Amino acid sequence: MNLPSRHLLAIEGLHPPQIANLLDLAESYVLLNRSGKTQRDLLRGRTLINLFFEDSTRTRTSFELAGKRLGADVINMSVSSSSVNKGETLLDTAGTLNAMQCDLLVVRHDQSGAPLLLAQKVDAAVINAGDGLHEHPTQALLDALTIRRRRGRLQGLTVAICGDILHSRVARSNIHLLTTMGSRVRVVGPPTLIPAEAARLGVEVFHTMDEGLAGADIVMMLRLQKERMNGGLVPSAREYFRFFGLDAARLAKAAPDALVMHPGPMNRGVEIDSAVADDPARSLIREQVEMGVAVRMAVLDTLSRRARRNV
Amino acid sequence: MTDTLITNVRLLDPSCGVDVVGGLLIRDGLLADYGANLGRPDGAEVIEGDGAVLCPGLVDMRAALGEPGFEYRETIASAAQAAAAGGITTLAALPDSAPAIDDPALVRLLRARGEETGSLTILPYGAVTRGCRGEELAEIGLLGEAGAVAFTDGQHAIASTRMMRRALSYAHGFGFRIIQHPEDPSLAAGGAATEGELATRLGLPGIPAAAEEILVARDISLVRLTGGSVHFAHVSTASALELIRRAKDEGLNVSCDTAPPYFDLNETAIGEFRTYAKLSPPLRTDSDRLAVAAALRDGTVDAVASDHQPRDADDKRFPFAQASAGGAGLATLLAVTLAQVHGSGLALGAAIALLTSRPAALLGSAAGRLTKGEPADLCLFDPERAWRVEANTLPGKARNTPFDGRALEGRVVGTWKAGRRVFG
Repeated sequence: MNLPSRHLLAIEGLHPPQIANLLDLAESYVLLNRSGKTQRDLLRGRTLINLFFEDSTRTRTSFELAGKRLGADVINMSVSSSSVNKGETLLDTAGTLNAMQCDLLVVRHDQSGAPLLLAQKVDAAVINAGDGLHEHPTQALLDALTIRRRRGRLQGLTVAICGDILHSRVARSNIHLLTTMGSRVRVVGPPTLIPAEAARLGVEVFHTMDEGLAGADIVMMLRLQKERMNGGLVPSAREYFRFFGLDAARLAKAAPDALVMHPGPMNRGVEIDSAVADDPARSLIREQVEMGVAVRMAVLDTLSRRARRNV
Repeated sequence: MTDTLITNVRLLDPSCGVDVVGGLLIRDGLLADYGANLGRPDGAEVIEGDGAVLCPGLVDMRAALGEPGFEYRETIASAAQAAAAGGITTLAALPDSAPAIDDPALVRLLRARGEETGSLTILPYGAVTRGCRGEELAEIGLLGEAGAVAFTDGQHAIASTRMMRRALSYAHGFGFRIIQHPEDPSLAAGGAATEGELATRLGLPGIPAAAEEILVARDISLVRLTGGSVHFAHVSTASALELIRRAKDEGLNVSCDTAPPYFDLNETAIGEFRTYAKLSPPLRTDSDRLAVAAALRDGTVDAVASDHQPRDADDKRFPFAQASAGGAGLATLLAVTLAQVHGSGLALGAAIALLTSRPAALLGSAAGRLTKGEPADLCLFDPERAWRVEANTLPGKARNTPFDGRALEGRVVGTWKAGRRVFG
């Protein structure tokens, strides 16, 4: 099944079979990766540009690895330190990329909607690798794949997404994906970190961890940025950890076999205690990284099909 | 087992509709029983009430203690003495001390210092913002765990709309109320008296009533936006009260208190630049005073608080505009409120509720009620006894009453804390 457009800009708007197909394909890439083989013919001669207007290590590396395992030529462009500083606009950049005949464009930008603007101007298939507070679709897909492999399903699971929902594109993409796939989604955090009308996204809102975690199958922690815990939206890191940090005692409120996730990078001792983050029986955090590469291979595969057919 | 029987009193607890002539028995510090036909246990000490009113110990929801940081004005010990003389057994202390009460250890300290007095329960307010500076949220969750009952920056209005929004929102997550000093600081800056004819004649910089109305209106909008709870302290104007009345009708979590100066005095109390009548907010026009009195009667006002702000003589010996604002209020809280009962048609039960169960409910405290089995915190007062306020003979340390020379009817004759007589 094809995606609704030649780009992957958001999870919102995808239908359950489209998501399920991507996850199934990603599943096959997990097996490929574990076997130590590659499939370098698939994207041979194709160009993938990682266009990052925001710093990122793991997402950029993950896309780079995914592209290389499929045989693409991968170019990394960190724009924050180059053209933008020289006054080039986003649309100027789009023109430049068209001239370079890029096939797949992975974009991260600090402004919500920037990848859509680029997608309207470039010939390449655009993959949103995180835009402002809007979406981070491949993160939601890799989270879903991680859950599905452990639990065999997404339908009917209770997933608690905890922390800074307000500033989290990861939370938004996960909310759309999980509710679309029939999970029960809760968001948990102080009211200052919950966006307006959050419940309208189909989630239940909680302001205490004990209530929000009660009986949850999956506990998904989010990163709280340091600049947000100094009295602006949260009084202090110690207060945040006391009331919204995940430690073993809090995790005990969730379902007995509840699993813990975090998109990384973690603030140990702020939103998550190391004893939980490093517990191999409960923590899926490293597995998430592995699934990230497979999911991105599946996305690159899917989005390049049209171009490959036209050859 | 020690028994004390207070006989021949009018027992009054408006929170449960008790208004009966009878007696009350204290056993081992607890309120054992009360009613019309109370037997006298063998060996009980008997106190003759002479028909006075016995009500729950008063709950004062707004007082500055002077401690920590301003001990030259008042100490916790001297405030406790004044409170006992005023029939007050529970007091909510403002956090804008030096240091501000923005650390959990300070909340615990204030609670403990209250217990040390043996006569006064101190319910600490926590600071909304660090140092009460209005810039960064204080640790509201941790302060609440340590025993803070609500959050306020004391005499400092939370000026930034964004900060107030965040405070209401964050505190709401923990179920706490934000108490606001409702005065737009940029509009009130430099003002010394209520803006109007009198301030003009005296040549004093004015604080318009609109400064109160603006912040009340803004914060009501923010309550609607955040779902939080706000309490407006010492409301002094008709226009603010009207906004609060409408917000309550709308079902918003909005409450308010006022203080005796705002229903007993008007701006003319300033007279010839009397700095003891310099308060914050300033004494208002008589039509505002009448509106405050009416709001006591119609229930818009939820509590009468002393708004005790101790000041040393040296704080007040300045040209009016330079003198420190604030009045002592603990010892006169009950009697000035009773003046509304004697002269303005406020029911006695309603007056006592404003001084006991209603503020206690706002603070989430079990005090302010006659509850069998609970510590016997009691106030015995003669509603008719006449006296005159004299600044120099006020109990406690602070002398800065705006009521100096005021003739009043109604006086506290006995105060009990956990069954122990601490006054009279």
